[in-house]
Amino acid sequence: MEIGNIGEKYVYSETELDRAEGEAIESLKAHSQQPIPDPDRWLDEELRHNVLLTSVDAMLNWARRSSLWTVLAFPACCAFELIATAASRYDISRFGMEILRASPRQADLMITAGTLTWKMAPQIRRIYDQMAEPKWVIAMGACAISGGIFSGSYSVVPGYNRIIPVDVYVPGCPPRPEALLYGIKMLHDKISKRSIVEKSKQK
Amino acid sequence: MTVTLSGKEIAGQLEEQFPESIVESCPDSLLVKSEFLLPVATFLKTTPGLDFGYLTSITAVDYYDYFEVVYQLTSMKHNHSLVLKTRCYGRDNPTVTSVIGLWRGAEFQEREIYDLMGISFNGHPHLKHIFLWESFQGHPLRKDYHSGA
Repeated sequence: MEIGNIGEKYVYSETELDRAEGEAIESLKAHSQQPIPDPDRWLDEELRHNVLLTSVDAMLNWARRSSLWTVLAFPACCAFELIATAASRYDISRFGMEILRASPRQADLMITAGTLTWKMAPQIRRIYDQMAEPKWVIAMGACAISGGIFSGSYSVVPGYNRIIPVDVYVPGCPPRPEALLYGIKMLHDKISKRSIVEKSKQK
Repeated sequence: MTVTLSGKEIAGQLEEQFPESIVESCPDSLLVKSEFLLPVATFLKTTPGLDFGYLTSITAVDYYDYFEVVYQLTSMKHNHSLVLKTRCYGRDNPTVTSVIGLWRGAEFQEREIYDLMGISFNGHPHLKHIFLWESFQGHPLRKDYHSGA
């Protein structure tokens, strides 16, 4: 194949390309003399006819259960089912829970995924104490409920409820992500029944 | 592949150097008297042709009448290995000489055996709990241990 002068292959010369570009800009400029109005400007008017009345309890509980933030404290292997639950296939971001907080002060849920040893127990208790009220605990897996297969061992805590109050128990070794999601839904139901006049949980 | 040296062959060499030091030798292992542990270990580490420069692991076994401490030695230079054993008696304060001076890696493993099996190591600089917490009573890997739970 013969390689000729490349410039000759184009229909337009460079000058013509520049002219076409100039025309495009002029055309856009001519059509853009006014700011584009806010597409949502009708909302103000609509809202005046759609004020919702609700109770403070319903509003607060809805807000709280819709974005439970989990503290990063997963001592053992159940954590992998929790990770699977958090990943794309099971996707707990559907419940506003995809954020796992490294600081307990920014979290209000502890999912106790794994065996707890007595040596680790003071740290778990401290993490729980550092979490801001209101806070909840899901005991995930057999070890978290009763010590599981390690129950009776010299080194394993026979259930997280020896250390911290537990709201929902999810059995399994480990529980499937579906089971954990069901436990989360149960916790949602529990939160829905709270009222601001009730006292804070017993320590 | 690492060649496992026969305890019997090594025993022949050791008998010349340290008479009466061998209790038992078999193709799998070499059992020495506890008072000869340190000289034998030094010999195994420093003798050309043996050069056991690497301590793979230490573990201990409870046989009720005595405890057996098992040293798995490897030579990186010659790619061969040997199992060295020694025994200590009594359940109140069984004691073995520490081999930290020869293999620095023995430090944590001797502490682990002290913690879980209750065997003391003479010459260990910080013999204290490593897995269990301070004030923990008993040694859980002993066969007569009961957790009470």
